[in-house]
Amino acid sequence: MNNIIEHYRGEHAATKDRLPGAGLDWLDTSRDAALTIFGEKGFPARGMEDWKYTNVRPIEKRPFRLARETASDAAIDTRLCGDMACHRIVFVDGRYSRHLSEPGNPSAPITVKDLHTALLEDADTLEAHLGKIADVSRNGFSALNMALMNDGACISIADNAVPERPIHLMFLSSGKEEITSQTRILVMAGAGSQATIIESYHSATGNVYFNNITTEIRVAADASVEHYKLQHESNKAFHIATLHVEQARDSTFTSFSVSMGAQLARNDINIWMNDEGANCDLYGLYMADGRQHTDFHTRIDHASPHCNSREIYKGILDGHARAVFNGQVHIHPDAQKSAAEQTNNNLLLSRNAEVDTKPQLEIHADDVTASHGATIGQLDDNMIFYLRSRGLDYHTAHALLVYGFAHDIVEKMTIEPLRHHLQATLAGRIPGLDRPHELASGG
Amino acid sequence: MLEIKDLHVSVDGKEILKGLNLSVDAGQVHAIMGPNGAGKSTLSYVLSGREGYHVTDGSVTYKGRDLLAMETDERACEGIFLAFQYPVEIPGVNSSYFLKAAVNARRRYRGEPEMNAMEFMKLTKEKMQVVEMKQELLARSVNEGFSGGEKKRNEIFQMAVLEPELTILDETDSGLDIDALRIVAGGVNALRNEQRSMIVVTHYQRLLDYIRPDHVHVLADGIIVKSGDEKLALELEEKGYSWLEKSA
Amino acid sequence: MSADNQEVRELAQKEYEHGFVTDIQADTLPPGLDEDVIRAISAKKNEPQWMLEWRLDAYEKWLKMTPPQWPHLRIQPIDYQAISYYSAPRQGDGPKSLDEVDPKLLETYNKLGIPLEEQKMLAGVTDMAVDAVFDSVSVKTTFTRQLEEAGVIFCSISEAMHKHPALVQQYLGTVVPKTDNYYAALNCAVFTDGSFVYIPKGTRCPMELSTYFRINAQNTGQFERTLIIADEGSHVSYLEGCTAPIRDENQLHAAVVELVAMENAEIKYSTVQNWYPGDETGKGGIYNFVTKRAECRGDHSRVSWTQVETGSSITWKYPSCVLKGDNSVGEFYSVALSSLAQQADTGTKMIHLGRNTSSTIVSKGISAMKGQNAYRGLVQVNKNAENARNYTQCDSLLLGDTCGAHTFPYMEVKNPTARVEHEATTSRIGEDQLFYCRQRGISEEDAVSMIVNGFCKEVFRELPMEFAVEAQKLLSVSLEGAVG
Repeated sequence: MNNIIEHYRGEHAATKDRLPGAGLDWLDTSRDAALTIFGEKGFPARGMEDWKYTNVRPIEKRPFRLARETASDAAIDTRLCGDMACHRIVFVDGRYSRHLSEPGNPSAPITVKDLHTALLEDADTLEAHLGKIADVSRNGFSALNMALMNDGACISIADNAVPERPIHLMFLSSGKEEITSQTRILVMAGAGSQATIIESYHSATGNVYFNNITTEIRVAADASVEHYKLQHESNKAFHIATLHVEQARDSTFTSFSVSMGAQLARNDINIWMNDEGANCDLYGLYMADGRQHTDFHTRIDHASPHCNSREIYKGILDGHARAVFNGQVHIHPDAQKSAAEQTNNNLLLSRNAEVDTKPQLEIHADDVTASHGATIGQLDDNMIFYLRSRGLDYHTAHALLVYGFAHDIVEKMTIEPLRHHLQATLAGRIPGLDRPHELASGG
Repeated sequence: MLEIKDLHVSVDGKEILKGLNLSVDAGQVHAIMGPNGAGKSTLSYVLSGREGYHVTDGSVTYKGRDLLAMETDERACEGIFLAFQYPVEIPGVNSSYFLKAAVNARRRYRGEPEMNAMEFMKLTKEKMQVVEMKQELLARSVNEGFSGGEKKRNEIFQMAVLEPELTILDETDSGLDIDALRIVAGGVNALRNEQRSMIVVTHYQRLLDYIRPDHVHVLADGIIVKSGDEKLALELEEKGYSWLEKSA
Repeated sequence: MSADNQEVRELAQKEYEHGFVTDIQADTLPPGLDEDVIRAISAKKNEPQWMLEWRLDAYEKWLKMTPPQWPHLRIQPIDYQAISYYSAPRQGDGPKSLDEVDPKLLETYNKLGIPLEEQKMLAGVTDMAVDAVFDSVSVKTTFTRQLEEAGVIFCSISEAMHKHPALVQQYLGTVVPKTDNYYAALNCAVFTDGSFVYIPKGTRCPMELSTYFRINAQNTGQFERTLIIADEGSHVSYLEGCTAPIRDENQLHAAVVELVAMENAEIKYSTVQNWYPGDETGKGGIYNFVTKRAECRGDHSRVSWTQVETGSSITWKYPSCVLKGDNSVGEFYSVALSSLAQQADTGTKMIHLGRNTSSTIVSKGISAMKGQNAYRGLVQVNKNAENARNYTQCDSLLLGDTCGAHTFPYMEVKNPTARVEHEATTSRIGEDQLFYCRQRGISEEDAVSMIVNGFCKEVFRELPMEFAVEAQKLLSVSLEGAVG
């Protein structure tokens, strides 16, 4: 463990003069403090209840380094929602790529800036908001992100603004080995505003790299934010991400999180409903095969009365894959009239796959309705029989039902190009499907 | 039997009944009609003692006693029965057990011996016929999985078993088809006599073809704006409520 | 106020009705724990050498262990040197004929409604054999002769060690290993008594077996050990009941129960736990840290745990089933009430190892006043457990806004043919439900008890008839004063 701490201390020392906001006292102090915390904690050990099923030791075995310059030879694969009308900011190996980005002129009511620019132009705003929702001492990854954050985005939406197009943050890997990106995203949605944010992570090659992402989203009163996260990393990549959301009165937050790539993906989603009338919906889909490991830890805090939350996560596991789902709902004292619903369904397609699921409810108020349900199993024999009795062969019937199981999440997405993109991706991952778009016509 | 004087009631700080007067004698059937939001259900709840309905002024005298000073269950034991607009489901609690507990609560209150299982069976069997209710419903949990019509019939069945002196029917007709309505009304009529009084709260005149009232009152915006006999109900059916609101 | 209300209020003031102390001459070891204490316990019980060595080994291991930190409980640190590890009413050695049992003890059990005189067993009620454990020792086992005729062994575990040493040695510690957890290890070192049951092949035990545990002495821990073996094709239904006097300090109860079900055998184990719960400020009460586990060792075996937990200031227990045999079945039905300042972290573990194994979990948690109730359950399906099935239903009911209900299910599945389902709900007694009952003339207290009993119905119907009635009454009394 000491080696790994020394290694990242070294990265900090070597790059600190060039990191975003270098020279800002408050930020330098925060980075130093975070580095100290990282030194104390290191990466989480499996003895910790939150890391019981996920072993992060492999990340320690490689000397990941921050990219020193922006790769210029990267290109966008247009299949990756390249045809979607949006404000697109592109990062390669964790660094902002001016020539690939198409910010599309975001004007007054919204600003989208890379972290360097934001810290140069709006240092005061960032000082007030950066790191205020995320807890730097949560674990070693949070601390490391604060200490080393080397790029990212800052999105601000003015009160009552309703941008027509989604804002897309696209993260690409150039194929270089052993790069780490310490990405920080900050979203501030003003009162009554309405915005759609997409974070997507892609790699065309099978290279090894380590993405450590912290996203903070503040949803002001009566605002509505839809957040999409698509994770299609290289199947040798490590992806650790934490999303923190704080919701004000009567606000709405919707999250779609799709995890498909990576050797090890760990996604933490923390929603804090701070005031009455807030509403949040979390949808998740994870697919893993080979030796992939995917882990979702979600936590929803009903800190005020009259808030609603709904969560549906679905997983499909094949090969030697392993999935972990841990969903916590905390209803605080006095958070009366809370309503919380959580569902986690898993399909195990292989003898060697494993699912560990732990839905949790902690309830400290009495006038609430809360429920959770979880299932682990395989496809319903009756459904397969029904399809076969209509003439489909076993494999097609099977594929169709697996597709349907996953599509249940995809069809809830409101952005059409994204939906199509995912339908195609699903079809590619499920053998035996011929014409997925026809299948999906209902959605 | 029942004397309501200048009754003011608030719910969540909002005044719903604004000085209601009503007098019901033994043996009489009074129909209370009115548009949605007039305060009809509030009247039902305040008479049966539901929490959250605050009497800010006025008085209610029942059989010579201050009704408002009595607890909900005490009122029930004194013979007040509310047939709920939306009967409540109680999972895991057997209907027959529930009803027997209610019968014996009344008996204990009056100092009478409790009814044993045999007597109770006999009584329920007899009363179920009145509302054409299936015996098997008694074996299920209270109102759980009952259809809308079954729930309403169950209310009237309970009323038949408990033999109340003052019955309040809160929108008992809503959601019933004509056959169910006839059965429910038949059950109610079978209980009418010189001693029993009834308040029939309804939005529609239809029910009053079957349960014929002695008096009809129109409740609008928290007070009774017009009283009359059966003919008033027909008039309302024809013209709606708006002409009354305007004149009031 | 109606006569009815009057009665209820009197009941409410009655509080914990088993809180009396029996003034009896006791033979008690001074507080403290070291090897000599363990040697003393073993000597008092005149144990064979292997047993002493077993205990000392467990003690050595315990010293290196730490208490579990994961439960959702706030536990004051326990001073293990302040506890006395042995207390026995002075009456010579071991249980004997009824005439020789101290009349004060008989009176105690009569007061608790547990008659030890066989002829006093209620007519019409299934015969029930009782083993009565008072503090550290068994004072009397009833109906032993009738059971002997059927070939059933039912006696205290101390007696079994002498009369059936081979059986004890063969099975003891094979379901719950010494190092299973901190409290189990402690139990292995210092356990004093408990019940032993052996049902021979093909035998259906002719009556319900029951152990009644009573903690009486002050500053005493109770560490009993129960071992039940159901041999091939046998069947037994076993009940345990527990009470303790009202004392200001916390008392530790760290028991271990091991069940072994061989091929086609069936064990039904029911518990009505009513240890003193402490007061509403959290003062006093029993720390109930219990390890209960069953192994369905043979094919087609079946174990069912039913528990009604209303007492103890802190409950930490997870009666579990290891489903080793093919087609074996494990069941767990639980009602846990946390009122006053009680805390409970309880649930079960179902470990599926064999093929076609199935398990059912029904947990009903009720929280009132300042009670904190957590369900924690593990369903594990291992690689070779083809066609394993689990269904879990976990409901919580909240009364009042100062209590808490928590659910921590763990599902670990390593076999694709498994079907594991978990459902959980949390709700409170609806104001509309209470109003509906009261409008029909039923008092609030009766209505609450009626709704709570309805909520627990699926568990109560698993209990033997007479205990179901007992459990319902217990629940109603425990809820008095918790509503309003």
